Amino acid sequence: MADQRPQGKTNAAGGRSPKAGGRKAKAAKLVETTGLRPDELIGLLQRMMLIREFEEECARLYRAGRIRGVTHTYQGQEAVAVGVCSTLNVSDFITSTHRGHAHVIAKGGDVNLMMAELLGKATGYCKGRGGSMHIADMSQGILGANGIVGGGMGIAVGAALSSKMLGRDTVAVCFFGDGAMNQGILHEVSNIAACWNLPVVFLCENNFYGMSASVEDTLACKEMNLAGRAAAYDIPAATCDGMDVIDVHLATRAAVERARGGGGPSYVVCTTYRFLGHHVGDPLTYRDKSAVDPWRLRDPIPNFAGRLVADNLATREQVDRWEAEAKDAIARALAFAEESPDPDPSNLTEDVFA
Amino acid sequence: MTTQAIKTTTMTYGQAVCDGMAVEMRRDPTIYVAGEDVGMFGGGLGVTLGLIDEFGPKRVRNTPLSETAIVGHAVGAAMAGLRPIAEIMFDDFLGIVLDELGNQAAKARYMFGGKVAIPMVLRASCGAGIRAAAQHSQSLEAWCAHVPGLKTVAPSTPVDAKGLIIAAVRDDNPVVFLEHKTLLNIQGEVPEGEYIVPIGKAEVKRQGGDVTIVAWSAMVAQALAAAEALAAEGVSAEVIDLRTIVPFDKEAVLESVAKTNRLVIVHEAVRTAGFGAEVAAVVAGEGLDLLDAPIVRVTAPDTPVPFSPVLEDAYLPNADKIKAAVLSLL
Repeated sequence: MADQRPQGKTNAAGGRSPKAGGRKAKAAKLVETTGLRPDELIGLLQRMMLIREFEEECARLYRAGRIRGVTHTYQGQEAVAVGVCSTLNVSDFITSTHRGHAHVIAKGGDVNLMMAELLGKATGYCKGRGGSMHIADMSQGILGANGIVGGGMGIAVGAALSSKMLGRDTVAVCFFGDGAMNQGILHEVSNIAACWNLPVVFLCENNFYGMSASVEDTLACKEMNLAGRAAAYDIPAATCDGMDVIDVHLATRAAVERARGGGGPSYVVCTTYRFLGHHVGDPLTYRDKSAVDPWRLRDPIPNFAGRLVADNLATREQVDRWEAEAKDAIARALAFAEESPDPDPSNLTEDVFA
Repeated sequence: MTTQAIKTTTMTYGQAVCDGMAVEMRRDPTIYVAGEDVGMFGGGLGVTLGLIDEFGPKRVRNTPLSETAIVGHAVGAAMAGLRPIAEIMFDDFLGIVLDELGNQAAKARYMFGGKVAIPMVLRASCGAGIRAAAQHSQSLEAWCAHVPGLKTVAPSTPVDAKGLIIAAVRDDNPVVFLEHKTLLNIQGEVPEGEYIVPIGKAEVKRQGGDVTIVAWSAMVAQALAAAEALAAEGVSAEVIDLRTIVPFDKEAVLESVAKTNRLVIVHEAVRTAGFGAEVAAVVAGEGLDLLDAPIVRVTAPDTPVPFSPVLEDAYLPNADKIKAAVLSLL
């Protein structure tokens, strides 16, 4: 089996060779290296914590039979959603995936409305009609999670075209996973986005598995250089460390700035790992139990918290308090959802048409 | 009611579609056309010819040969403030784009709890009769009708082509607009300027008392020819052009059957699970006591569309087959 051990510094070929953490050396001066204010850096940590707590609660609720259907959680990948969305404005667009809770939270979604949706309540984002895989918030530019792998790609490119045609400077980020790298639509939209020079960022989260299928078995890609595919369209590409919120932020920021400035589309591939299964309840028979261990050592949340502390941007006490606050926010979201009414079945045929 | 003289122009069905799009594009700068060859070349079947001269390449966008991207990007553009008119040359290519149409465009509003509208039109040519064989000749309105959230229209005349394309562009839902390729060059008088035919309204094309013939798209002309032939034999047939498939104007059909007590449904699509089955089920379910005879369908057989002119002619429903079906009921 090919090497899936994590590494601190990314390399051009998707960061597959285990190298020492070169970028870590720069961590001491986060404000200087990123240009972000201390409160913005702290916000990155808080948002990752909120996602982690949301997903942990989702998994608990699912196992308890209180969330029905299928739920795909994001533990381990938080640096990607937060690093990416921290480069965007409210008016920018994202399209998300079946594993989309984190993207919604990172882009400014409301966890109360999300939790209510996951519990199928009338107060949920979609009035209980969408569930885990179909949360959208037009007011935040969230053009929907999507139950179809690659389903957001056309939508993202269309949203990017709207920016161009309406003379706006908004950018669209299209989240997708390594599995979606093999969907035919990615070829079509990459080509059309390049032909039309559209402000879109194709944001691939390589967590090494499309459900149970490993990238080694399913991606015809030299040295697992997923970003290399962008060259076929003359689209600039970067690969970054998806376990490092700063690395993701900086790589995405460059792509977003290029798009906003009229420079057209980019690929950004974030090398990351999902700590848990494809969905809650996945028996994980396709992966060694120990495979996750080195990745857990690179858990983006405690690692980034440590960097903030090392940089004197936070104290341990503050970090603990922020974690408690995230837990409280999710507890409130769950209480809101549980107190909310069920949808009225007499409304089930509404909203098919505008 | 005062009757205002409506200025009309003689034009073809295809020109009427183009004229309707141009009228709307002048009114609303967020409307644009996207598809293969839609620019200078005028689209695969010439419908958009000349449009680029007035509106330029930004609003009449030639796309790569990528139907999935054509329809997929239109969904996102519609979500984000534009009103796209996407063109795929043939409705046979619905198979390529069905995820974007059926899983994204049609469902977004419902899945997202009514918070988004998808004001897009998907234009495609449909139908057989030009010896284009199995992958360029189908009538696939029933595919579209089976996905909640899509509207589907299939005009039979130049005047309806204009009125319905304008209605489709103004609709806040995804509308599939099927242009029958054998109708594109038929001529008719078409009102100038803004002219709307409401989506969801059938039209009685010929009054009659003995039998109701329901048809749409190219089959309307065949139904009218059959009615004319039947009149010579003393049979009075009422012909209804559905014009819109979804939403289905069942009231118009039931009202007519209440008068004639007999129903013949004609469509060019294959028989099994064609939209005629839905029309028959609705009339049987809601108007069984109106009927004095079984409901009869005149359709293509359950085969792919054949190439040989001899076979294709045998495949297609026509006035003679419709007439025979009507006479079998009397």
